[in-house]
Amino acid sequence: MFNLETFIDLPLVWYGLIATAIFLYVLLDGFDLGIGILFPFAPSDKCRDRMMGSVAPFWDGNETWLVLGGGGLFAAFPLAYAILMPAFYMPVIIMLLGLILRGVSFEFRFKAHGPSRRLWDATFHFGSLAAAFAQGTILGGFVQGVSVQGRAFSGEPLAWLNAFSVMTGLALVFGYALLGAAWLIMKTEDITQDWARRCAVYLIGYVAFFMVLVSIGMPIMNPQIRALWFSLPNFLYLQIMPFSCVVLFILLWRDLHRNHENRPFFLVQGVFLMNYIGLGVSMWPWLVPFEVTFRQAAAAPQSQSLLIVGTVILLPVILGYTAYCYYIFRGKSSHEIHY
Amino acid sequence: MFDHLDSTLLARIQFAFTVSFHILFPAFTIGLASWLAVVEWRWLRTGNPLYREIYRMWVKIFAVTFGMGVVSGVVLSYQFGTNWSVFSDRTGNILGPLLGYEVLTAFFLEASFLGVMLFGWQRVSPRMHFAATIIVAVGTLISAFWILSANSWMQTPRGFRIGADGLFYPTDWIEIIFNPSFPHRFAHMTIAAYLTTAFVVGGVGAFYLLRRQFVRHARIMFGMAMLMAVFVAPTQLLVGDMHGLNTFEHQPVKVSAMEGLWDTQRGAPLVLFGWPDEAAEETRYAIELPKMSSLILTHSLDGEVKGLKDWPREERPPVLWVFWSFRIMVGIGVLMILTGLFAAILHFKKRLFETRWFQIWCMALTPSGFIAVLAGWFVTEIGRQPYIVSNVMRTAEAVSPVGGIQVGLSLLAFVAVYLLVFGAGVYYIIGLIRKGPDVDTSEKGDGRKQGRPALVGRLASE
Repeated sequence: MFNLETFIDLPLVWYGLIATAIFLYVLLDGFDLGIGILFPFAPSDKCRDRMMGSVAPFWDGNETWLVLGGGGLFAAFPLAYAILMPAFYMPVIIMLLGLILRGVSFEFRFKAHGPSRRLWDATFHFGSLAAAFAQGTILGGFVQGVSVQGRAFSGEPLAWLNAFSVMTGLALVFGYALLGAAWLIMKTEDITQDWARRCAVYLIGYVAFFMVLVSIGMPIMNPQIRALWFSLPNFLYLQIMPFSCVVLFILLWRDLHRNHENRPFFLVQGVFLMNYIGLGVSMWPWLVPFEVTFRQAAAAPQSQSLLIVGTVILLPVILGYTAYCYYIFRGKSSHEIHY
Repeated sequence: MFDHLDSTLLARIQFAFTVSFHILFPAFTIGLASWLAVVEWRWLRTGNPLYREIYRMWVKIFAVTFGMGVVSGVVLSYQFGTNWSVFSDRTGNILGPLLGYEVLTAFFLEASFLGVMLFGWQRVSPRMHFAATIIVAVGTLISAFWILSANSWMQTPRGFRIGADGLFYPTDWIEIIFNPSFPHRFAHMTIAAYLTTAFVVGGVGAFYLLRRQFVRHARIMFGMAMLMAVFVAPTQLLVGDMHGLNTFEHQPVKVSAMEGLWDTQRGAPLVLFGWPDEAAEETRYAIELPKMSSLILTHSLDGEVKGLKDWPREERPPVLWVFWSFRIMVGIGVLMILTGLFAAILHFKKRLFETRWFQIWCMALTPSGFIAVLAGWFVTEIGRQPYIVSNVMRTAEAVSPVGGIQVGLSLLAFVAVYLLVFGAGVYYIIGLIRKGPDVDTSEKGDGRKQGRPALVGRLASE
């Protein structure tokens, strides 16, 4: 039977692919969730129309990366999927309900007039907020570890909920809001853009604050992570991440005060990337911290082989046509919807 | 509140609710995407603005439906894990790659090009726009291919072995993907989706004809829908029959429940109606056609059909649900075939677009496809109980170690959110239908499309 086990390290490649899919999800859906978070604070209804218009052609594709993250985890690491989903049952359900409410708001809001429009403004905002917060708490719970017995989650239903996970929930809300603001600086002009720029300046402070909290909290909570980050020579190599974050923040600050339109979005993405790599280094090699590694959770090599072929062929194609769609809708967004 | 309830039952109710809700949208969008591709092709070919106006009206309805389909589908990809984690762990080696291929080959394609289809009019050429419509239509079919393959494998599992650790391992991917019930289920469901769309489009066309609004648009909608009723509804009868024979071969207990037959017998009757009583092991008040069941299933008047009593009670599906869902599905299928028959007769009498009772009939059948699709899925999914993977893994073994409270509360939350979303979706779709197509009178060539020959005839000849 078809098996590539002897040629490539399948679990490692899949670990990389799933990590990439989740990161692409965070970047892509991050900015459109961020727009939902910022939504009620926009100066006018026309601004809100523009904001929604700027993501309307993309949100669907962006959310598909979440399906790939979940579906990919199920396919490549079914054991991790089977442990993590029950472990984070409630935040996962809250995230899904939030995504439903915000997703349908796009279509319904375009069609609603008068007071019912307010309803879809609210579902768009609170749905985005709930999804972002739930994702943040899942992350916070994840880094603190998951109890496992045999091949199943064995913890309490609310094991994921504590001060740290609430804090990471808030952190992700602010992070996504910053991504959303940077997207709006790129895709809008005039009042909306000025407002987005002010939001971004304000949000940078919060995001930096939360990053410091997480960076202090993680090594304190976990001795392994402390040992990893604060021993020589690791300490010296790993400094590249906090150092690049500082540089990115300084560049971002300057850009926001010098009317750069496009670069802030990519700088914020850089900040996310550095944080994500930092997290990856800390969590290595756990897929269910600190019980199951990515090797232990791997699906049968035949299964990983079958899907890797399709992925190697299709992922570049997907990235290609995703880029093409972003290219078609390049430029500033309008408040009018053409269809 | 939910502690006394069985968490397996709650998990089943929750999944039944979310998956039933979800299937309504693909059942419509699979057909609608293909139909929109045909309409846009007609527009490009003929330059007749009516087609463009019809496209623009229905693409809005498509957008609402597709959006609801996407968000309710994301839920399912996580519910395998949240509610059925043991199932996910044990079957992940087999079903994971199939679902992975669905995401890679279909979801991204649909989601990305939907944006072009909806918002790309001013930004891409008409040909590119047409390509986007076709890509979305093909994407919906690819998606159906993979998910029905995965579902069919759970019904008729092949190409696997069970390891010492209790997990399923693949031994032959072709046997897994093209398992015995898959081709039948794929054909049956795709045709069902096309018919569902046809009856919605036809119902809306009938509504306009009855009100004498948008008559030229309505003739196209109604005419195309009736073509489907004439040719595709009878095809579904044949495909459904083949699917039934396939089930008779591979999942005979499901067929016995569908037929409401308790005793194994030669020359088994066809029970038209009745009330299966599981405790008494009989079908009460049965109205039967002698020997017909044997004839349909074995193609011989005295062929042997197994009765439910051949299986111990704990191996039987809930008979009442399967029995009645099957009758609802078949009943609607018969109404659809009758519609095609009436349409053909009225066409030859040159009264297809003018017969009021027939317009009311078609309006009444607008939701028929959805009901038939749900009923059909109830037959096949309840009919394979108590197994989640037929004869290998029981549903009760598959459930997550999650308490009844969590499952129950999330079920309530899903019901509340879905009712809001569904209510609003239906409300806006009805609004779009009432508003009708935006008629663009500024374009020239408006005059030439009047007095065209009846569309049914033209379409049929092409």
